[in-house]
Amino acid sequence: MPRDGKANAEAYLRMYRQMARIRAFEDKANQLYLNAQMPGLTHMYSGQEAVAVGICEALTDEDRITSTHRGHGHCLAKGAELKLMFCELLGKEEGYCRGKGGSMHIADQAHGNLGANAIVGGSAGIATGAALSAKRLGRNYVTVCFFGDGATAQGLWYEVMNMAALWKLPVIYACENNGYSEYTATEEVVAGSLTARAEAFGIEAHQVDGQDVLAVSKLATELVERCRRGEGPFFIELETYRYHGHHVGDINREYYRTKEEEARWKADRDPIANFGKWLRSEGVATEDELAVIDSEIRDEAAAAVEYALAAPYPDAVEVDMHVFKGVDHALPYMSGERA
Amino acid sequence: MTREITLSQAVNEAIAEEMRRDETVLLIGEDVAEAGTPFKVLSGLVEEFGTERVIDTPIAEPGFMGIAVGAAMTGSRPIVDLMFGDFLYLVMDQLCNQAAKTHYMSGGKLNVPLVLRTNLGATRRSAAQHSQSLHALVAHIPGLKLAMPSSAYEAKGLLKAAVRDDNPVVIFEDKLMYQDKAPVPEEEYVLALGEAAILREGSEVTLIGTSSMRQVCERAAEILEGDGIGAEVVDPRTLVPLDERTILGSVRKTSRAIVVDEGHQNFGVTAEIAARISEKAFYHLDAPVIRMGAMDVPVPFSPALEDLTVPTAEGVAANARAIVRGVPVHAP
Repeated sequence: MPRDGKANAEAYLRMYRQMARIRAFEDKANQLYLNAQMPGLTHMYSGQEAVAVGICEALTDEDRITSTHRGHGHCLAKGAELKLMFCELLGKEEGYCRGKGGSMHIADQAHGNLGANAIVGGSAGIATGAALSAKRLGRNYVTVCFFGDGATAQGLWYEVMNMAALWKLPVIYACENNGYSEYTATEEVVAGSLTARAEAFGIEAHQVDGQDVLAVSKLATELVERCRRGEGPFFIELETYRYHGHHVGDINREYYRTKEEEARWKADRDPIANFGKWLRSEGVATEDELAVIDSEIRDEAAAAVEYALAAPYPDAVEVDMHVFKGVDHALPYMSGERA
Repeated sequence: MTREITLSQAVNEAIAEEMRRDETVLLIGEDVAEAGTPFKVLSGLVEEFGTERVIDTPIAEPGFMGIAVGAAMTGSRPIVDLMFGDFLYLVMDQLCNQAAKTHYMSGGKLNVPLVLRTNLGATRRSAAQHSQSLHALVAHIPGLKLAMPSSAYEAKGLLKAAVRDDNPVVIFEDKLMYQDKAPVPEEEYVLALGEAAILREGSEVTLIGTSSMRQVCERAAEILEGDGIGAEVVDPRTLVPLDERTILGSVRKTSRAIVVDEGHQNFGVTAEIAARISEKAFYHLDAPVIRMGAMDVPVPFSPALEDLTVPTAEGVAANARAIVRGVPVHAP
C-alpha cells in the first residue's frame, strides 16, 4: 500500500465509508430475506466491497458501468442511494426501477449505471456497445463491465472482446473472481488462465488483489485514464471472495466449500477490517472516528429499511406502463389504439 | 412524383435518408460495408457514410447484437443487419432478454432505440437453416415492435418509422422480394407503425396477408374475381402493434376471413390473428376463420417438397371458395 497517508485522507475515508455502506446494505437485505419481508431472493456482495469501491473511485458520473445479478455493491459504489435501493428490493414504487426490476435489475442512469443483469455474462455486449457510442459520438466516458468468474464461460464475452480489441474501444472488463461459479468451484470450470484469454485478443490484462481497495483503485485509475487516451480495452482479474452463498437462500453449502475456508477469508482478508487497520496505522483516522462512521452508516441503513418498508407499492395501473417508450399503456397500443 | 424501384433500393434509400438526417444512426452487421450484404441491399452506403458508421463485424451475431443494444442505450441509433432470419436464434438473449426488457425493467429510465433488419421466406432452395420465417418468435415477446413490409413502398416507409422509434423494432423483409419493383414516391414519407392497409375491396371474404403473403392474397383475389367472388385484401403491415380496428372492420363487413402468413402455422401469427377475429367479431362470422401458414415441417431442400410447404394463391382461393359456398374446409 502507498505510504502517502493523510494527503489522500478524504478519498480514503470516502472509500471506507462506501465499503461500509455496501456491507451494511447487504446485512439489512439478508435480514429482510430471513424475516420474509422481501419478495424473492437476492445475491449478496459482502466480501467483495473493495472491488466495486476501488474501481468506481476511479470513475465519474459520466462513466458507465454494467453490473451483475450480484450487483448491489456496484450500484452503491457508483452513487446510488440506500433508500431507493431498498425500495427497489421491496418492489416499491419509489425504487430505482419503480419496483419493476428488483434486486437483479437496478439501473441508475443519473450515475451512469446501465443496469444490473440477471443473465450471467449478459451485459458484456451492452458495456461494449456503450464504449462504441463513446468512441463514435466523441464522448470521453469509459465503460466498466463488471462480471464474475462464472461469466467467463459464456461465449458472448469472447465475441465482444474481439470487437473491442479490433476497434480499440474505451471499455474495461472487470472480472470479479470470487472462486465460485454459483455452486461450483471455479477451478473445476476454468481451463487455463483468465488473463491469457484476454491476452489472446491482444488485450492488456492485469491481476490484482480484490480485497485491497487501494491496490484496486490505483490500478483502475491508471487504466481509466489510459482508456480515455484511447489505449483501451483492458482486462482486470480481481481475486476476491463472496461471504454468503450464491444467493441468500444458499445456506448449507459445505458440499462445495468449507466453513473453515469462509472463516479464514473473513478473519484474514476482510477488505473493510484490513483497510480500517491501515487507516489507523497511517494515522488517517482513529478507532473512535471509524466507529462513528460505522455507527452513522448502520443508522442510515436502518432508516432506509424503515422508509422502504413503509413506502407504497406501485399502483396496478402501472403494470403495462414502460413496455414501450412513448406509449402510456402497452396493452391497448398493441391492439392498434394510438399511443 | 412516383417511380418504380425495387424493395432493395427502397431499403437502401430509407437507410441513407435516415443516416443523413440523424448523425447517431449507424449500421452494424456482417458484410454490411464494402460487400453491401449478400443481397446487395446496402451497396453504396459505406462510400457515403464511411466505416465509422457502416460497421463490418466478425461473424458473431450475439456479439454485435449485444453491442448494438449497449450503443442504443447510450445515444446511438443502430440498424442491425442480421444476414438471415434463421440467425435470429443466435441473438435471442440479446434481443429478448436485453433489448425488449430494458425499458420496462428500468422503470422507464433506459430505452433501446434499435432496428433489427432481417429476412424471411422459403422457396429459394436454401434448405431448413436459411429459409425460415421466424417473426412469430418476435411477436411473442413484449417490448418488441414488429414490421412486415409487403412491397418496396412499405419497406421504405416502415423502416424510416422504425429508425425514428425509441424502441427496438424488428423488420422482416422477404428475401425473395428484394428485386420486386413497386411505385414509391420520390418525396419523403414515413408510414406509421400500427396502421393496416386495405389493398383491395370486396364484400364476401377478407384475405389478411403479411409480407409476401399479401401478394399471394392479391393473386387469390384475382382468381376469385373470375369466380364472381369479391375478396377484400388487408395488409396488417405491422404485427406489433396490430391494427385490429381495420382487420375487424373488414371481417365484420365480409363475415369471412382467411389469415395467410409464411411463418409456421402452429402457434403462429395466423393463429393469433384468427383468435382475435374469433373473439372480437364472432357474431359477424358466417364461417370459421381459416389459418394458412407454412407447413409445420422444417423447410425441405428439394423443390418438389419445398413448394408444398408455402401457401399459394390457388390454395387461398380454394379455401375462400369453400367458405363462401358453405363447404367446410376442415371436416367436422
